Amino acid sequence: MTPLLDLRDVTVHFDTDEGTVQAVDGASLLVGAGEIVGLVGESGSGKSVTALAILRLIRPPGRIVAGAIEFDGRDLLQASEDEMRRIRGSQISMVFQSPRTSLNPVIPVGRQIERLLRVHAGLDGGGARRRALAMLAEAGIAEPERRAAQYPHQLSGGMCQRVMIAMALAASPRLLIADEPTTGLDVSIAAQILDLLRDLGRRTGAAILLITHDLGVVAGICDRVAVMHAGQIVESAGVHRLFKQPAHPYTRGLLRSVPRLDRDFTMEPIAGAVPSLLDPPPGCRFAPRCALAMDACTACRPPIVAVAPGHSVACLAVEGARR
Amino acid sequence: MLGWYFLKRVLLIVPTLFGVTVITFTLTYLLPGNPALVKAGPLATPEHIAEMERRMGLDRPVAVQYWRYLSGVLRGDLGESATTGRPVLQDLLQRVPATLELTLASLLVALGVGIPLGVLAAVRRDSWVDHVSRLLGVGGVAMPTFWTGLLVLYVFFYKLGLAPPPLGRLSAGASAPTAITGLYTVDALLTANWAALRSALAQLVLPALTLGFSVMAPLMRMVRATMLETLESDYIKAAWAAGLPRRTIVYGDALRNCLIPVITLIGVVFGFLMAGNVVVEIVFAWPGIGNYAVTSLMSKDSGPIQSFVLFVAVVYVVVNLAVDLAYGFVDPRIRLR
Amino acid sequence: MSTLASVSGSRVVRRSPRAALWRRLRRNTLSLVALGVLLLLTAMAVLAPTLTPYDPDAPDAEHALQSPSLRHWLGTDIYGRDQLTRIVHASRIDLLVALGATAMALSTGVVLGAVAGYRGGWTDQLVMRAIDAVMAFPSFILAMGITAALGNNTLNVIAAIAITHVPIYARLIRGEMLRVREMEYAEAARTVGNRPRRIVFRHLLPNCVPPVIVQATLAMGFAVLTVAALSFIGLGIRPPMSEWGAMTAEGAGYIVSGEWWLFLFPGVAIMVTVLSFNLVGDTLRDLLDPRMRGL
Repeated sequence: MTPLLDLRDVTVHFDTDEGTVQAVDGASLLVGAGEIVGLVGESGSGKSVTALAILRLIRPPGRIVAGAIEFDGRDLLQASEDEMRRIRGSQISMVFQSPRTSLNPVIPVGRQIERLLRVHAGLDGGGARRRALAMLAEAGIAEPERRAAQYPHQLSGGMCQRVMIAMALAASPRLLIADEPTTGLDVSIAAQILDLLRDLGRRTGAAILLITHDLGVVAGICDRVAVMHAGQIVESAGVHRLFKQPAHPYTRGLLRSVPRLDRDFTMEPIAGAVPSLLDPPPGCRFAPRCALAMDACTACRPPIVAVAPGHSVACLAVEGARR
Repeated sequence: MLGWYFLKRVLLIVPTLFGVTVITFTLTYLLPGNPALVKAGPLATPEHIAEMERRMGLDRPVAVQYWRYLSGVLRGDLGESATTGRPVLQDLLQRVPATLELTLASLLVALGVGIPLGVLAAVRRDSWVDHVSRLLGVGGVAMPTFWTGLLVLYVFFYKLGLAPPPLGRLSAGASAPTAITGLYTVDALLTANWAALRSALAQLVLPALTLGFSVMAPLMRMVRATMLETLESDYIKAAWAAGLPRRTIVYGDALRNCLIPVITLIGVVFGFLMAGNVVVEIVFAWPGIGNYAVTSLMSKDSGPIQSFVLFVAVVYVVVNLAVDLAYGFVDPRIRLR
Repeated sequence: MSTLASVSGSRVVRRSPRAALWRRLRRNTLSLVALGVLLLLTAMAVLAPTLTPYDPDAPDAEHALQSPSLRHWLGTDIYGRDQLTRIVHASRIDLLVALGATAMALSTGVVLGAVAGYRGGWTDQLVMRAIDAVMAFPSFILAMGITAALGNNTLNVIAAIAITHVPIYARLIRGEMLRVREMEYAEAARTVGNRPRRIVFRHLLPNCVPPVIVQATLAMGFAVLTVAALSFIGLGIRPPMSEWGAMTAEGAGYIVSGEWWLFLFPGVAIMVTVLSFNLVGDTLRDLLDPRMRGL
């Protein structure tokens, strides 16, 4: 079965005065149809850049330097700008952090959804309006008619995020990328938004790529998880397996630094600091912080190896231990 | 609530206007010479002068004098002009239409060229349009307005003979159209007086271009900066991610959002216009209020200038208020809660 | 099916801090040229008497109203005075006035803003009302009023321009001061005793210096434009001192008789000077703090 989204060795660089920022280095990721995949990592680890790369929204001074991005069998890196425009918002859509600033402040929210429908679904005025209202209702907004006429500043943060989700799913995309959709939201609202995403994903059959720095979010709704560190994807596995049997030292470090209710333990921060993407360490970028680091780790990026079905890791130490 | 926004703004100008009158009173108080002397005339005896001083309240404490000044201003008494012999307010009001016509024409030029050029320069960053607009912007801001006027006069009047001599609002021999608005071009248009229209327009072109250009330069830079900032906003990025066509994003969303703060820029632009007005009126012998104030001063008549300064300040404050109110109306973030 | 797209060359570059700065400067070559022009102007103004062969005030009836030639690069006026010499000498006045006004406004504004921000309460209100009142006038109009009231000698012109510029600095410093005070109160909540005034100022100054430098540079340009315009309409520097605006006014009368060099070159001098200040100021703003672009 071909995956819906297949990223292979994607590398993104940014040209700055200080030099080249190597934001993403050889990232590989798979998202199957209808799956909810979490992409987790600290801030600045390149998660958002990866998301923008999928939509080919990397603008100068950034550029996609190498790799392949296949969506539904199509090579996105070879598609024309016009084809990409048609894919964005209708086949692959994106929901952003800070929903209130991601909505146009001077256009009523209902109109913003209608616009999208007119462009992508070819609906006329009445049809677009009906569908927009329906989407708002599906996204859990009470009194959709009243809300559709309001402006973003009149809605709460949670409601704005629901509007964004409604807009993102309006044209029935196959993939929804959610970039930190719950950051900045109240904990209870965040939980509601995550539930909404999962439910709508199941109902519409859309796959979701959920980008977050919060392991709790991942544990909540994801089917599979990919862990990113300093621009490199270091591990990917099913969510239960990742939490139960994390393989990569970074993943283990992450899980150790998060409090848990099911057992006693002490929180341990990960040693060292996130490496600079301007001067990244050669090879595996976690090596300087890793207790298991060997010389070979800095020679070149560790290849991705499967340690179990559906569980792959980019770590020489893990590979060695298996042998 | 919009009502509060309006009310607050209107109330806030009161202390500002008070401050303005304090400043202009101080300037009037500081004027060289003894106003009583001027009023009493050259043949006055010391007793006459002292009597005049008492009558004008010049021997009273400062606060009382300020009160007299302020109540006079509120009554419309801005003193008298020694050269025309009439109340200054009357002189000013008579000349306001000329200044207004020049200001409006220049504003049209500045907005009509400045806004599109600024927007285009931001949208097509680093293209030739951007470079030209940056050149015009940076150069235009550095050019003294009076010099631009002289340059334009030299090239179009003296060298090319395209423009008429700078004789004011009408060319020699032409007569003013029937006064409806006081703006010759508008009045001529309204009364279908084509001869007057031609003459008035011909005289208006150079001064309006001069003042318009000098004000367009800073406006264009500000519009460009605003548009660039708007293009970087989160909602524009989200619009790209939603696959909306470029035309809609740039010339629809971004432009619409950019034009709202541009409204507030018009207030700033008005300040530049009023300052530039003075020198342009001098260069082109345009009979407006700036011309009046300066030429009076040159004839040792110091009454008009401070009243002119007060007049301009009040107009500036009111215009800024109007701009603020318009902004509050247009921006839904203020209009609705 | 699988394509390894190497969309553009994957050359990775890392520059030293010096190289990074050099790259940033190279993008603003025009401003470096402007800086050079400013330095040249200052040198010219300071060395004026030694540079020019002619006496700026000495009439020479034989060579009156001559267009630019090898003898007189910028021509002569109705009294036969060499225009280039006069323009060079006038630079002293214009630059002096601009410098004096900016220095005066800066010192007054910084003190006012600091006091207002630090003291708060009535002092702050009073200062802010005064600043608002000054800003209610278009600055050139206010400068006109002040010189008309005080009389136009050089010092009065400097004072007039300074007064209209004070609000800029006062607001800047006051804003910084309020911000620092916020931070200090948060800290003070945890410590016992008052923080001495000196520490507040030590936090304040480093943050204020960049925007003040930028504003001062730009303000120099505005000051030159203001003194020139004031002199043009007769409210500024009066003869016999030569000043660029006044020279332009003298030259204005000769447009209709075709002696173009009299009005043109003083205006060019003004433009070049103001342009240089603006370019340097803009670049300083970009280099020191891109966040300030809204100003």
